[in-house]
Amino acid sequence: MSFVPGQPVTAVVQRIEIQKLRQGNNLILGFSIGGGIDQDPGQNPFSEDKTDKGIYVTRITPGGPADVAGLMMGDKIMQVNGWDMTMVTHDKARKRLTKKNEDVVRLLVTRKSLEEAVKHSMGTYHKQ
Amino acid sequence: MDNESQYSGYSYKSSHSRSSRKHRDRRDRHRSKSRDSSSRGDKSVTIQTPGEPLLDAESTRGDDRDDNWGETTTVVTGTSEHSISNEDLTRVTKDLEESTPLECKRFVGPALGGCLSFFALVTPLAFLILPQVLWRDALEPCGTPCEGLYVSLAFKLLVLLISSWALFLRPPRATLPRFFVFRCLLMVLVFLFVASYWLFYGVRVLEPREKDYRGIVEYAASLVDALLFIQYLALVLLEVRHLQPAFCLKVVRSTDGASRFYNVGHLSIQRAAVWVLDRYYSDFPVYNPALLNLPKSILSKKMTGFKVYSLDENTTNNSTGQSRAMIAAAARRRDNSHNEFYYEEAEMDRRIRKRKARLVVAVEEAFTHIKRLHEDEVASSPKHPREVMDPREAAQAIFAPMARAMQKYLRTTRQQAFHSMESILTHLQFCITHNMTPKAFLERYLGPGPTMQYQQQSGRGRQWTLVSEEPVTSALRQGLVFSLRRLDFSLVVTVTPLPFLRLGEEFIDPKSHKFVMRLQSETSV
Repeated sequence: MSFVPGQPVTAVVQRIEIQKLRQGNNLILGFSIGGGIDQDPGQNPFSEDKTDKGIYVTRITPGGPADVAGLMMGDKIMQVNGWDMTMVTHDKARKRLTKKNEDVVRLLVTRKSLEEAVKHSMGTYHKQ
Repeated sequence: MDNESQYSGYSYKSSHSRSSRKHRDRRDRHRSKSRDSSSRGDKSVTIQTPGEPLLDAESTRGDDRDDNWGETTTVVTGTSEHSISNEDLTRVTKDLEESTPLECKRFVGPALGGCLSFFALVTPLAFLILPQVLWRDALEPCGTPCEGLYVSLAFKLLVLLISSWALFLRPPRATLPRFFVFRCLLMVLVFLFVASYWLFYGVRVLEPREKDYRGIVEYAASLVDALLFIQYLALVLLEVRHLQPAFCLKVVRSTDGASRFYNVGHLSIQRAAVWVLDRYYSDFPVYNPALLNLPKSILSKKMTGFKVYSLDENTTNNSTGQSRAMIAAAARRRDNSHNEFYYEEAEMDRRIRKRKARLVVAVEEAFTHIKRLHEDEVASSPKHPREVMDPREAAQAIFAPMARAMQKYLRTTRQQAFHSMESILTHLQFCITHNMTPKAFLERYLGPGPTMQYQQQSGRGRQWTLVSEEPVTSALRQGLVFSLRRLDFSLVVTVTPLPFLRLGEEFIDPKSHKFVMRLQSETSV
């Protein structure tokens, strides 16, 4: 998922809708994020390209809302509710995900296995 | 040296057992005594050496003979008939060659320069004295100004004298094949100067018997000034100009590939050659002909290749085609000599390390047998009467236990030609006198030192030949190659200019060094 600066980024994404869970006074989603343009991309264990400064899912609480919705560890979050997440700071990403007045977040996430699946299905199509 | 026949000589001699060596020696002695260093067949020549005790004359022949001076204290007498091998022969002829009669050519240059400078120094005094001697009464009296000039003249002459002594009265280090251009130029200049001054003096002062003495004194002072300036020129041309490095010389020894890189300034080829040789004697490890050859076992396998015998008369076309086919077939055959070389090398390393360990232990133990006697201990004699020895006797006393290990080690590292028993004893005595540890004593034998370490101080000097395609007085420039040849090896020198350096500047504000921690936070949402 490397990008060329100035060129549009293309990726195969999956739409995931997470319902926030109310725990006391907080709305939680049940996962942790890492990454951001102000962070060190070399430490990211999930990215293929070690200069990728996108937001990645680093941990999922088992049984939480994100797990139920189908989010997986290592996913890169491309959009949250229409807002772009490929070029944001870590704090901005956190804020976009934890808006108090939203109950639902619709994420566009991408992962490597999606690419493989598409290629595989296109290949079988071509064989026909 | 003729390697192939040397091998045949070794194999011939080393295959025989010790008992038959006596017969061999007797046989060798009956052969004709000829100082022919290019003897083709058997390489052993009987020669009567003029009093040089050659340590263990057969020590250069093969490894399978027992050592003499390690176990028994043999006294090597001077004038006895030895049979020596080819290496000793070339060594002797080299020494004889270097003890050629004193070359007078060596001293012509300095003598000429000395005469000229003496002449030049005496001239101002002559200018002053001659009028006084010849026509003293007619001279105008010259008071204070003249005395001032006398003082300045005296001091300038003193300075000239001292600086000439410091700069030019040093013994020359080398004789160059061609004229040393700068020195010749300066000598011609001095000669012209002084000659023209004398000419002017003769015509204008001596002839008409000039009365103005002050003018004469000023004239002499101007000559001394001019001489000082010529000396400044000499200093710059001869000593200073070549100090700034401009070229990088790569010096490679042709026999074993030992190489060094040196930076020199602008010099002519012959001066650069002298410069390189100065450093050769102290930088390069000594040339050891015994270390050059691959072990016999490997080379002999290579040499038993295909032999082509052509039996018919018209051999022109057929033989070349045939030999080419033979060579191709030989090349295709599997050649395992590199394998043997590797194992042989590993075995040799192991053997050297083993002998070195034994040597170190033996020397350490030997050194514990003696200790230095301080002056205040002399009085306590009645309890333990100890024999007081001087360094030479002490060295001889502790030499015996280490001698065998030393000789075995020297033979394994093929250094036995460089160290005789006498030299080892002298070195041991030297180390004992200066309170050196065993390790310091062994430093000389554990590695090949520079050639200077093994030189005897002979006043005749070493003969080198400068081989060059360009005239040797031309200046160094890029791509020049010349070589310095001696009897059995040569040094090949390649000249490359040093790169031009473009130095830039970057200013760093000391306050600009700031650091932050690398962020890798993980937030749970």
